[in-house]
Amino acid sequence: GHPEIFPLVFTTKTQEIFNCRADEDVTEENCFKLIKKEDIIQDMKTRATVSDFHPVKKIILEYPGEELLVVFDAKFQYGQNFYLVASEEAKEDLLKPPETVEEKKDDDEKEEESEEETLEVQPYKPPVHKPWVSLGSEKEVEEESVKETITKIKYRISRVRRKFGAPITFTDKNASHVKDSYLECTSYQDKSFSIKMLEKDVGIQMVPKLREAITQTTWTYPRNAATQYFPIELSNEEKEESLSSGKLKEFLTSVHLRMEIALQQNEIMNAFFDDWKALTEEESSSGGKPHVYLKAYQSFTDLHYFKDRTISCVCWHPTISGIIAVSTRGQLSYEERVNLSDKSLLQQPVILFWCSFDPTHPQLVLECPEDICCFQFSPSDPSIIAGGCINGQVVLWDISQHEEKLQNVKPVADGTEITAVNMVNVSILNKLQCIYMSVGKNGTEPPLVRCCAVSSIQDSHEKPVTDIHWLPDYSEDNQMDATSENRAETSVQLVTCSPDCSILFWDNPAMKPSSEKLKEEDVFGMPIDVPDTSKHLDLCWKPLVQINLCENDTNAEYSPVRISFRELHCQYKTSDVPAKQSLYRERSTSSKNVKVLESISTDLLVGTEDGDIVYSDWKVEIDSDSEKQVSQKHTQKYTIHTETINTLQRSPFFKDIILSIGGQTFAIWKEGVTNGPILHSSCSAGRYTAGKWSLTRPGVFFIGRDDGNIDIWDLLKKTYEPSQFQNISESMITFISPWITSPNQHFLAVSDDLGILHVLEICQTLSQPSENE
Amino acid sequence: AEVEETLKRIQSHKGVIATMVINAEGIPVRTTLDNSTTVQYAGLLHQLTTKARSAVRDLDPQNDLTFLRIRSKKHEIMVAPDKEYLLIVVQNPCE
Repeated sequence: GHPEIFPLVFTTKTQEIFNCRADEDVTEENCFKLIKKEDIIQDMKTRATVSDFHPVKKIILEYPGEELLVVFDAKFQYGQNFYLVASEEAKEDLLKPPETVEEKKDDDEKEEESEEETLEVQPYKPPVHKPWVSLGSEKEVEEESVKETITKIKYRISRVRRKFGAPITFTDKNASHVKDSYLECTSYQDKSFSIKMLEKDVGIQMVPKLREAITQTTWTYPRNAATQYFPIELSNEEKEESLSSGKLKEFLTSVHLRMEIALQQNEIMNAFFDDWKALTEEESSSGGKPHVYLKAYQSFTDLHYFKDRTISCVCWHPTISGIIAVSTRGQLSYEERVNLSDKSLLQQPVILFWCSFDPTHPQLVLECPEDICCFQFSPSDPSIIAGGCINGQVVLWDISQHEEKLQNVKPVADGTEITAVNMVNVSILNKLQCIYMSVGKNGTEPPLVRCCAVSSIQDSHEKPVTDIHWLPDYSEDNQMDATSENRAETSVQLVTCSPDCSILFWDNPAMKPSSEKLKEEDVFGMPIDVPDTSKHLDLCWKPLVQINLCENDTNAEYSPVRISFRELHCQYKTSDVPAKQSLYRERSTSSKNVKVLESISTDLLVGTEDGDIVYSDWKVEIDSDSEKQVSQKHTQKYTIHTETINTLQRSPFFKDIILSIGGQTFAIWKEGVTNGPILHSSCSAGRYTAGKWSLTRPGVFFIGRDDGNIDIWDLLKKTYEPSQFQNISESMITFISPWITSPNQHFLAVSDDLGILHVLEICQTLSQPSENE
Repeated sequence: AEVEETLKRIQSHKGVIATMVINAEGIPVRTTLDNSTTVQYAGLLHQLTTKARSAVRDLDPQNDLTFLRIRSKKHEIMVAPDKEYLLIVVQNPCE
């Protein structure tokens, strides 16, 4: 705009004072009025704020000249009816040029001029040449401009003058004479200089991954029609009606006889049985495969934990495939152990968990207070493990926190990766614990689990616990020694036996998953990696029932080393083969949950330290004579083996066939046959140290010897000698455990005296049962 | 009723997997299997029975189909036809 123009409102009073009345003194044409400055000032003083000049008071006071120009703004160009021109130059400009224009132009153009006057506020000033002010742009221009940096090389070529314009003779050349029929100037890499491209301008653009693909379905029947249908069904009423109709009755009466004949025919015999085909299968299996053997699959050993230790027990994890747990034991005899007062030399006994994918690093380490002689997974809750110690205590572990870790073990070579992967998988609740555990350890250290319940020393056995079993569901002992029914589906009780002539029944303290009970105060009170499930039972866990085994007549006591419960329908018994047992139960009366079952047969088979097999009943009765609880009579006692019985196992296929191994012989017994074993082997050269029935073939069992061999006995082939034997290790075999991980993979875990666990794969012929075996 | 009893007796034979009664149109009236499987059996076996019967009668008009047994690898399907109804029993004959 125009900074020198100040629009003013002139009231009529003001106009009278200054003689600039609108349309009288000043008109549109003659719109200029010069007013003396002093008059204005006078007016302002007299009228103060009422004066129209008040808003521009400052300007007027500063005005250099004598007279101020006030212009009548008829068209309200500046918003008011008058405006004040505040500077001399502007005044001059306004006054002068319109006057000159007026002089020059005709009257016709007066309107235009007036318009021009009103429009033109600023007099036109031709542009004045100002010196150029550098704003820095010449530098950019200089940078961007291309200049020749090198001087151009000038060549001067000259030729002898006589050659110009000389006649030229052309000749023909056969192209095929020339090699390759063409001439070229081949390029070669000039070694004199090579530019190394240090920087390259490359344009990159992100392009979405797109792929176009076209498929076409096969149109087998090129028909453009399809039918969709649904079947007609009768409604329920119609069904009922037809069922009750007489026609159906007639139909059935006439038909059912035929049908029953046919059904019975099928039941009697299978008319389509292919005898030839059945024969061929047998042939192929026994058709002389010379390499019937156990293939070495893997062997596990750990130098850190297993130094100078022997493996006492091996157990496969019941649910997670490929996980096997091994317990270790010192090799020192009792006296040496006693003499060894400095306990620090003894290594911390542990149970190690191995995974078949990672043979060098144990997956989990369970800490034991003492050496473990035997342990078992709980069949109902595989995260609970019970172990019997060398000092007679019974220990429980809870590895439910590590279940996920064990399940997630993948065949990764790098141990650290396993922990990283599993850190992600661990739930929030357990995260605290696991993070704590793996802090400070490098990724290859397996987590350490402490036992969560230890039995009290006074109430435990006095001698090493040699056998431990979980009692399956459906049974529970209470203090009154009456077996009652346990409705829960969990194994809650343990049975242990020890050479101190007693068998103890332990009640499994109620185990709740540790993740639920993680309270803050508990976390700090005890080591983080122990689940707080049964802390209160530490060292005060007492057995429920204790049975002392006494001999019938002489009142001497037996020292059981292995026990085996029996299981039959209609009666409560347990079997020591893990898994796959279902109980049939007949309940005499049923009104409440806890029932005393009368029809329980509580037979048990005990293998003793002296080589006796005792068949007895553990139900405690009150001896009427002496009024104290005496365990009942035993029925049979057999002394066949000369040494300690190290295996007593029921066949997984026949409930009443038992294999017992001790010393240099083994025997197979059948319950009910009381005059002796049904099969008794001859004395072999070495001692048998371990044995197990095969899980899939009823006539096969494996025996380990003290020279590191495994004898495979196939009773269908030969009953007088092992059908196969194979050397596994140099030292004594301490434990054998078969397992099935998948229908094609059957493994045999064999542990030896040196602390090495061998996992062997049982070949097909040994694992697949033949027809009707 | 008697109907129930007869059917129950048939069902309780050794190895019997399923029992069905189909009416003349091929609509199941009574069954021990689930609906979709029954409908499938009914449709297929009804047609097969009709075909078998017509084959028998074509060969000898005096003859008629009394029983149809289909033995497969896994089990045996036995069909007893009648004027209005069809009794289908599936049995596993292996011991």
